[in-house]
Amino acid sequence: MPLSKEDLEKHIRESFPDSTINIEDLRGDGDHYSATVISKSFEGKSKIEQHKMVYDSLKGKMGNELHALMLKTRTE
Amino acid sequence: MNENNLVDVSENIKNEIKSNDVVLFMKGTPVFPMCGFSAATVQVLSDIGVKFSSVNVLDSNEMREGIKQFSNWPTIPQLYVKEEFIGGCDIVKEMHETGELLELFNSRGIDVKPS
Repeated sequence: MPLSKEDLEKHIRESFPDSTINIEDLRGDGDHYSATVISKSFEGKSKIEQHKMVYDSLKGKMGNELHALMLKTRTE
Repeated sequence: MNENNLVDVSENIKNEIKSNDVVLFMKGTPVFPMCGFSAATVQVLSDIGVKFSSVNVLDSNEMREGIKQFSNWPTIPQLYVKEEFIGGCDIVKEMHETGELLELFNSRGIDVKPS
């Protein structure tokens, strides 16, 4: 059961209320997205920690319902 | 997948990352990658000209799931350098673009031969 763009944004928004989120549907199959997340809460965190924070916000969907997410994280 | 499979797999993973400076856990092999992200990561390592060993996680479901738990990272591929988890395709590509990846290899004393 793929993940809709709206659900993907909603999950990220819940964990990063202050963030700017830009999501692109790469293939229109609900399985391949690219996302850029800009949030102050990434400050002082390594790239791995930043990406893990976003994966955690997807509550286990990453690698399951959601096959591919090209992710870019920024602090501003 | 019961407990001792997981224990064996993490032993295999530890041996793999101990005995090779650069290890890419990927889907398929460098010559026949089975996923775009794995292929892109192989491309980055080849561009930088670093020698690396690869593990095809599709060979065993224990490895495919075990490496995700071992690294606490939900996707494949996964790059290890000197036993340290560096990241997946996105991070490796970004580091390559900013020059951080080359710097990492240099700082760890790993030879690179740019193509």
